[in-house]
Amino acid sequence: MQRIGVFVCHCGTNIAATVDVKAVAEALGHEPGVVISREYQYMCSESGQNLVKDAIREHNLTGVVICSCSPRMHENTFRKAAAAAGLNPYLVEIANIREQCSWIHKDIASATEKAVILGKAAVAKVHLNAPLIAGESPVVKRALVIGGGIAGIQTALDIAEAGFDVDIVEKQPTIGGKMAQIDKTFPTLDCAACILTPKMVEASQNEKIHIYSFSEVTDVKGFVGNFTVTIKRKARYVDETKCTGCGLCTEKCPMKKVPNEFNMGLDNRTAIYIPFAQAVPKVATIDPNYCMMMKTGKCGVCSKVCSVGAIDYKQEDKFIEEKYGAIVVATGFNPINLDKYDEFAYNQCADVVTSLELERLMNAAGPNGGTLLRPSDKTHPHTIVFVQCVGSRCDDEKGKPYCSKICCMYTAKHAMLIREKYPDTEVYVFYIDVRTPGKNFDEFYRRAVEQYNVHYIKGMVGKVTPKSDGKIDVQASDLIANEQLHINADMVVLAAAIEPDKTARPLATMLTTQMDTNDFFTEAHPKLRPVESATAGIFLSGACQGPKDIPETVAQGSAAAAKAIGLLCKNSITCNPCVAHSNELMCNGCSACEKVCPYGAITYQDKEFRMPDRTTAIRRVASVNPAVCQGCGACTVACPSGAMDLNGFSNSQIMAEVDAICK
Amino acid sequence: MSDKLKEQILRSSGSNVLKCMRCGKCSATCPSYDEMEYHPHQFVYMVEKGDIEKLMSSDSLYKCLTCFACVDRCPRGVEPAKVVEAVRLAAVRRQGNNHLVPTDIPGMLDDDLPQQAIVTAFRKYTK
Repeated sequence: MQRIGVFVCHCGTNIAATVDVKAVAEALGHEPGVVISREYQYMCSESGQNLVKDAIREHNLTGVVICSCSPRMHENTFRKAAAAAGLNPYLVEIANIREQCSWIHKDIASATEKAVILGKAAVAKVHLNAPLIAGESPVVKRALVIGGGIAGIQTALDIAEAGFDVDIVEKQPTIGGKMAQIDKTFPTLDCAACILTPKMVEASQNEKIHIYSFSEVTDVKGFVGNFTVTIKRKARYVDETKCTGCGLCTEKCPMKKVPNEFNMGLDNRTAIYIPFAQAVPKVATIDPNYCMMMKTGKCGVCSKVCSVGAIDYKQEDKFIEEKYGAIVVATGFNPINLDKYDEFAYNQCADVVTSLELERLMNAAGPNGGTLLRPSDKTHPHTIVFVQCVGSRCDDEKGKPYCSKICCMYTAKHAMLIREKYPDTEVYVFYIDVRTPGKNFDEFYRRAVEQYNVHYIKGMVGKVTPKSDGKIDVQASDLIANEQLHINADMVVLAAAIEPDKTARPLATMLTTQMDTNDFFTEAHPKLRPVESATAGIFLSGACQGPKDIPETVAQGSAAAAKAIGLLCKNSITCNPCVAHSNELMCNGCSACEKVCPYGAITYQDKEFRMPDRTTAIRRVASVNPAVCQGCGACTVACPSGAMDLNGFSNSQIMAEVDAICK
Repeated sequence: MSDKLKEQILRSSGSNVLKCMRCGKCSATCPSYDEMEYHPHQFVYMVEKGDIEKLMSSDSLYKCLTCFACVDRCPRGVEPAKVVEAVRLAAVRRQGNNHLVPTDIPGMLDDDLPQQAIVTAFRKYTK
């Protein structure tokens, strides 16, 4: 005979204001098997939990129903309380009378009626609950960081510091990401390369860190603590273990007209190249789309000059498989494509550039050696117009609905640097709002206005027209003067919105993590779990989760590392015992469950069964690997013979709940 | 009165003026800007405030070329030219009083006159 205890929570006034909790406790007290029914102001409090514990001991309860908030909130709390009082934690059921009842209803009578029904369903289910024992699965003590920008580097360094092995997978030939392309950083104006490259070197020299550059993740299997990841090592046609990075091949390569992506296509590189001087690893890569040897079979200069014989035109993509306990996503961002913003003439005029292009134009390692010259005629610009919010804060059809966050500050930085270096240059910034929330950020912007006399104009540029004399007509509004302006400019700089890297979405599918409509990864909780994804063992670092500046990215990178370290420190993790199992006598071997299982947890095997009249038969039946099963229940629905069942959510339990609701 | 007028203008323009983020790109893009007393961004803002009478009596209504540059370039999809058009329509409807009374209709009828033209004439020439 079952002995069930029911505990109804007021949750202050969260529940009690809309649900008559006394009436609920009274009604549920009359349910079959219920021996005690109580209500209390805060069931999750220490004394509330003691109420449950005492009742379990005193009445020797065989099942507990808590009518309270969502099980996502406090199921664990009450399971622990039950376990402390000697009751199997899986004999506790939660009836959610807050999120699914009191919060969404206004009428007390009908909300109370609904709360009673939800309670009855939970009582009906707990009658059929069986004690479950959670198993354990080991944790592989190695982490994977996907993306080798500043976010990924910081995360990897911190995980390695804690003593765990960590691999970085970077799709470019070098780590460093966007920060390597940036000239100076706000608000201190220190050189980006000067603070980034030591970290890149540190990562490459740390014996706990292994860098897979020019590589991509192509497949992810497994679960928290035990992921199996396939990494594609793209052919770079150079043997990484032999190349010394001397750079002789890049000097001698006759194919010198390849757009240099590191300098945003503003100058050219050779077909065999090292992206920049401080690249890590400092290894050459051949671009097969331009290499004469690869295209026509005639050349081979690089292989002749290479003294260590590192060139290998026959190299092929290689796939390697590694096991990891934790995965950190740090796939970063890109500026958006500006093709659809015709009004800014970005595709018509070489002197209309994006902010990232301006970074390269001003950088000492950039196309002009650090002298700011117009891309079209290499003359010094005297009037420069900056346009903010290009593609940010837009209607869905026109661009990105969000604020890209970093543009206000980098534009102030650009304006200030230009005025500092070239005082004869007039700088105009058209802004909608200047958003500078951050330590020393508004002071920085004010310095641009007050000390450097940058002309900040509240308004927007409507039309950019390249003129025949090489100048650019910028038509804009000045909303405060209430007039329309025409500025005769030499250069226009567009603060293009930023968006997540294109590789993020296929990666999210592989990792079974969630993304928002803008393809930013979704955190497990927007306030309290900002660096974890909703999928256990997957963590988020940097701009893949939302627009971020460098300090925020580094902070989040370290936070993600801390979470990964917390996981890697454990020798094993407790598995969810609510997994599927197959009743072999009912299984007809149809494979329907195997096909729907998203985790690959189901396999089939041939087994011998006793048949009538002392005969035996070999039958093909399903079996579930409980360590891999995540308890999603897809197989139980797909099984045509009803052989698949889910522990804790069995078909009979769910039918009992439905019956209780419909009664 | 002003509220009713605002509602009428919002409905006939099909524009949601609350989407405006006050960037001023409509006015930045407008080829008739210098001819106007009230500029495209002001149209949107004044309609939002219900301050419509001033717009109705301003010549700015007739300076808009309906070139739709502002509609094309507005980052928020507010469609300022449609707001101007709606105010212009309201002003046109108000011009004069009833120029057409139903009793005049039989005398004007001829066999080729479509029914729809009568309805349109009432819309145009009556309050």
